[in-house]
Amino acid sequence: MKNGSARTPGLLDGFVATLRRDLLLAWKRPGDVLNPLFFFAMVCTLFPLATGPSVQQLQFAAPGVLWVAALLAMLLSLNSLFLADHEDGSLEQLLVSPQPLVVLALGKTFAHWLTNGLPLVVLSPLVAVAFRLPGATIQVLMLTLLLGTISLSLIGSIGAALTVGLHRGTALLSLLVLPLAMPVLIFGTRTVSLAAAGDGYAAGVLALAAYALGALSLAPYATAAALRVSNE
Amino acid sequence: MLVRGERCLFANLGFSVSSGELLVLEGRNGSGKTSLLKTIVGILEPDDGELRWNGQPVRRHRQAFLASAAWLSHRTGLKPDLTAIENLRFESALRPTRVRDLEEALERLGVLRLRKLPVRALSAGQQRRVSLARMLLASAPLWLMDEPFTNLDREGRALVEELVCEHVGSGGLCIMAAHQDVSIDVPTTRLRLQ
Amino acid sequence: MWKWFHQLASPPHFFRLASVLIPWLAWPGYALIAYGTFAGLFVAPPDYQQSDAFRIIYVHVPAAYLSMMAYMIMAIAGGIGLIWRMKLAHAVAASAAPIGASFTFLALASGSVWGRPMWGTWWEWGDPRLMSELLMLFLYIGYMALRSAIDDTTKADKASAVLALVGAVNVPVIHYSVEWWSSLHQGATLIREGGPAMDAAMLYPLLANILGFSLVFGALLLRRVRSEVLRREGRTRWVRELVLAPGDSA
Repeated sequence: MKNGSARTPGLLDGFVATLRRDLLLAWKRPGDVLNPLFFFAMVCTLFPLATGPSVQQLQFAAPGVLWVAALLAMLLSLNSLFLADHEDGSLEQLLVSPQPLVVLALGKTFAHWLTNGLPLVVLSPLVAVAFRLPGATIQVLMLTLLLGTISLSLIGSIGAALTVGLHRGTALLSLLVLPLAMPVLIFGTRTVSLAAAGDGYAAGVLALAAYALGALSLAPYATAAALRVSNE
Repeated sequence: MLVRGERCLFANLGFSVSSGELLVLEGRNGSGKTSLLKTIVGILEPDDGELRWNGQPVRRHRQAFLASAAWLSHRTGLKPDLTAIENLRFESALRPTRVRDLEEALERLGVLRLRKLPVRALSAGQQRRVSLARMLLASAPLWLMDEPFTNLDREGRALVEELVCEHVGSGGLCIMAAHQDVSIDVPTTRLRLQ
Repeated sequence: MWKWFHQLASPPHFFRLASVLIPWLAWPGYALIAYGTFAGLFVAPPDYQQSDAFRIIYVHVPAAYLSMMAYMIMAIAGGIGLIWRMKLAHAVAASAAPIGASFTFLALASGSVWGRPMWGTWWEWGDPRLMSELLMLFLYIGYMALRSAIDDTTKADKASAVLALVGAVNVPVIHYSVEWWSSLHQGATLIREGGPAMDAAMLYPLLANILGFSLVFGALLLRRVRSEVLRREGRTRWVRELVLAPGDSA
């Protein structure tokens, strides 16, 4: 099959290739995936240490603590989303590839969620059990984290794209992303609190799902635009 | 016209390259060779002016233009944690590729035996050869090369010249930024940037 | 229409136009604020629930309104700058940010002062309006931080325009989420701002102040854009001629 006629890859090829490449990279550097998880566990441990071991208090604070810790862990991992690609020049190669940048950015963002968001969702019940949350509430917590981390990956990718290549980009990234992430945090924690109190929480879940869908349809375009600007 | 910071890098620049031709951008460091290349490939946006490919404005037909252009920057553009073959496989999923056999491209550049090593384990010159293999893999008629001879030994330089010669000889185009004298046996235009 | 648009976008033309417009915006604005503030503080009757404490709305409401307005101007100008590559629009966006942030701060400070007699606290977490304003301030801070972190003006313009647009899409969501969040507390009862329930003697000074603040905001914005344009066009001939021209006060 030497010198076969040129095969033009489709949109899905670009998405899948980017996703696969980033997953492969994560596989080869497991620290990048594990560190934010350890960070999440440590931040969650800080609160009982700081406020005392009263079970009632911990139960009450658990949704907020877990959500804030998850948000910070996502933020921590976002910093490196485009940084390595920027440094070795492969980001530039993505920019000049004939594939639409939106699709490639979405592939990278999805890989980020799979390697950083999803593990948090999987780990959260362990921490929630330690905080004595009842089983039904833990299910709601996982559902909100599942929807919320998708939004956080998408929103965060915009911030990561805007700050890539800037000095002291880490602090700046937090300043840009945190205000945008507030609705996710509010919907997430309130929904879990409502569920814990035995009230109806469907509205919160729907709001989170709507936010994730909105972010999914808009954020990749902003990320692509930001990547172009950052590489000028 | 392209303005970087407070400084206007170049204005009133006009040139055209046709197939079977090599354009060498010359000039001292900081004269804007790289910026001009980046403007052509669309990483930088010109403040004014227009670029046409096959008579079509590139701005409107970006995807089609990028499918026919390959960019060799001064950075490798390779993921250091992946092997050469993994890097090339990724590239072949993004753009039309001519040589189905990735190994053939690596062999051409003399780095086939290193294909299973992570790129980080290769020397700078070897990494450059892998970058060149990726360029070869793309079936792009337009080659944009930023200082392609950097980090290469004499043999490697001869190889680059041979590749360019072959590419241009078979009707391709090549625009190359170089701060040293380039003499390749193909129709060559030189553009000196101030 | 397009011709007019392009003429407006030309910096020298804008500079002349702005210089003419500024006094026409500023003085009526000051006059309206003077009337609104005087009538609001001394003429309007005290509120039957809040007595004199409600009078802070004559500052709070216009400031809060302009904090939103400035963000929208910033985002729209950024969008225009991105799409039509109009440099003047970027200058407008860059100038609107610090003014908008100042009005946001003013809205927060006045809201907090109002909270003291109403709730007995300088900061009421349960009030969705204060929370929204606080998040608004954070959005402004992020925008200005990004702008100042990028050295290249063109790049800073484009990057911050992307951020402003993303922020503008998020502003309604933030409002909605904060409303929902505070509705779950047994929150403080809110002031009835505007609406038909308001006495005319209370309402007119408020409207005068909103309009007056807006006019002064417009004048401030034009002033800032004017100096921003001068800074950016410093290398061009018309600026040099303008600066060197004797007797013409710029």
